[in-house]
Amino acid sequence: MTTSAPTSGRTFFLRPQDMIGIAILAILLVVVLPLTLDNFRLQFVGKYLTYAFVALGLVLCWGYAGILSLGQGVFFGLGGYCMAMFLKLEASSVENTKIQTTPGIPDFMDWNQITELPLMWQPFNNLGLTIVAVILVPALFAFIVGFAMFKRRVGGVYFAIITQALAAILTILIVGQQGYTGGINGITDLRTLHGWDIRTDAAKTILYFVCVGLLIACILLAYYVKSSKLGRILVAMRDKEDRVRFSGYDVASFKVFVFCLAASLSAIGGAMFTLQVGFMSPSFVGIVPSIEMVIYTAVGGRLSILGAIYGTLLVNWAKTSFSESFPELWLFGLGGLFIAVVLIFPNGLAGLWQTYVAPRLGPLFGGSAKRAAAPAVAE
Amino acid sequence: MSSHNDGSDNFSSTRRRLLKGLAALPAAPLLSSTALFSSSAFAQAPATSAVNTTGLAVTDTEVTVGILHSVTGTMAISETGSVQAEKLAIEQINAMGGVLGRKIKFIQEDGASDWPTFAEKAKKLLVNDKVAAVMGCWTSASRKAVLPVFEQYNGMLYYPTFYEGLEQSKNVIYTGQEATQQILAGLDWVNKTKGAKSFYLIGSDYIWPRTSMKIARKHIEAHLGGKVAGEEYFPLGHTQFNSVINKIKLTKPDVIYCAVVGGSNVAFYKQLKAAGIDLSKQTLLTISVTEDEIDGIGGDNIAGAYSCMKYFQSLDNPNNKDFVAAFKKMWGEKTVIGDVTQAAYLGPWLWKMTVEKAGSFDVDKIAEASPGIEFTKAPEGYVKIHPNHHLWSKTRVGQAQLDGQFKVVFETPDLIEPDPFPKGYQ
Repeated sequence: MTTSAPTSGRTFFLRPQDMIGIAILAILLVVVLPLTLDNFRLQFVGKYLTYAFVALGLVLCWGYAGILSLGQGVFFGLGGYCMAMFLKLEASSVENTKIQTTPGIPDFMDWNQITELPLMWQPFNNLGLTIVAVILVPALFAFIVGFAMFKRRVGGVYFAIITQALAAILTILIVGQQGYTGGINGITDLRTLHGWDIRTDAAKTILYFVCVGLLIACILLAYYVKSSKLGRILVAMRDKEDRVRFSGYDVASFKVFVFCLAASLSAIGGAMFTLQVGFMSPSFVGIVPSIEMVIYTAVGGRLSILGAIYGTLLVNWAKTSFSESFPELWLFGLGGLFIAVVLIFPNGLAGLWQTYVAPRLGPLFGGSAKRAAAPAVAE
Repeated sequence: MSSHNDGSDNFSSTRRRLLKGLAALPAAPLLSSTALFSSSAFAQAPATSAVNTTGLAVTDTEVTVGILHSVTGTMAISETGSVQAEKLAIEQINAMGGVLGRKIKFIQEDGASDWPTFAEKAKKLLVNDKVAAVMGCWTSASRKAVLPVFEQYNGMLYYPTFYEGLEQSKNVIYTGQEATQQILAGLDWVNKTKGAKSFYLIGSDYIWPRTSMKIARKHIEAHLGGKVAGEEYFPLGHTQFNSVINKIKLTKPDVIYCAVVGGSNVAFYKQLKAAGIDLSKQTLLTISVTEDEIDGIGGDNIAGAYSCMKYFQSLDNPNNKDFVAAFKKMWGEKTVIGDVTQAAYLGPWLWKMTVEKAGSFDVDKIAEASPGIEFTKAPEGYVKIHPNHHLWSKTRVGQAQLDGQFKVVFETPDLIEPDPFPKGYQ
């Protein structure tokens, strides 16, 4: 398992081929897709991109630090729920909910005989606090879990199993506490953000570009982490944990940090998802979506930041188009795709690019460039 | 069940049967067979520009509708019946000449038992395919997920499942019963005929059972002078009911009132039987078991229990006999037909009649024309759409038999008015 050794004496964290890669992705997302896709399909791409935040976190956490988390849906969901709680409170004005027994609280609370807004919901009346919560609540949760696990040197498969259990626990909690969380229906019928109707096509287009902007920022952050000393320690830790520990580094703290970072990235994705799709439900929190998110990363290439983005887009696009064409057989098609990917190119799309395409494109796209072929997202 | 499910296969067989149906049809008073085959039939149909002013997928010869149910995932077993019923209704309507001279073409999408997928597919059907109406959804969660989509893009949804009420939308016709329709008459019946005063309420833990039990409790306490001996909820998919069964044995309620759904039913009734509770002596009234569920539970595990629904496969009326025969002919002798399947069958018919009354496919006009639409050929008998977009319907109580069918033991004399926001029950 080789990784790109940073060239010595470099001062900037992006290599030329990285910059070209990011530029191509940016052009694809900002110019090509909006011009070639109709509004309806573009909104789908916007939704897929929210999963790309999770995949990005997984590249850092799993690809670079070697920590496989099968519970990223938890953080995606926490971020999404924080945003949904804010939007739901705004949609539940006394005016909108006057048919309820207790007007002014979310409808599902009224159905569950709750007559007063619970304390847990109070901070979400404020957009600023909500945005802070979107990033900090999942990070705090990841910190507690990570601290408890990594300080005890729980890792590998055991860690993966525990994260999966967390996903199951949180789902059950949300479903069971329906008076406070909306239960299995989730939090639905979200309408406005500070009076701005997020359901219109124009709003969705704006949110798409906001989402792309945030994603590019997060990609830059990921490259920065990857090329920093921290990134190199993460890789070293993954490949020979004991040596890093013997060199005097506190391995657990690095692991906790990268796990928290991945959690916050996922949460940003979750919040953008809620904004674009207009609801949040426990079905994004559970085991199945968490594993799906790992699959996106695997298809794209878990060592490749950009590869993971393309992987997410490709898998979701395949999922949508297969299920439209073959409503009763599509799951088999998708399963076949995954098996093929793992058998034919285990390093994902990025591995395919590096092996076959990059060497022919000259030094600017250098053999070590971590990029993937652009999938045919356009119809 | 899945053998009936292959998309391509059933499409061609549908067409084949359609031709057969046409050959047998000339006796039908509505249209002559020549009119069906020659294009001149469509010359009499109103011009597309007149019946479709909002850009729906309507041509001179065809109108497209959507079918949106789960055919994969955990809900597939429940929703398959609805898909079958909707396809049957569409085929029959086409055999009669279609709607406003146009054949119904359907686009089927899979909600995959996943609420966000439902929302995505609903949007695709409305925005991309511009379908004139959608027959679909089953769980409340999926309906809640698609409702904003239908309201935003002004689509029309025919929703078949009995549900908790507390909802009314211009863009939805609810062809199943809302909670008070299903619950009140059944409780009155068990109170009157069995003298029941104490009730033990058991449900799965989500919005429908909780709302239903809330209504049941109010009715029991305020109107029947009874008491609730216990009220418990279990997570979806729960399979260990021994503790609640022990409590039932201790409290000895007159009635076990039950809204346990899906796979949990199988465990619940088997464990009741294993614990020695004889359903011929202990009255059990459920609002969540149809013929479809008995298929999984097994007739011998549930025989003797009462179920409160608006439709049972065993209903003895000519409409239902024709419907059951046609359904079995299309989908096989072994299929059973539950309450929701019948309600799903109503969807395309109600839509057809509404379109013909409105003289237009436009969603606004259909929403406006819906109240008062009557369907006299409904398998459950006569139904009528209320101004609140729910159906007037009768409520019936059936007793489960060993063969998995219900024997109808009670039927309300009149249609019950739908009341999704019941006063005094909230």
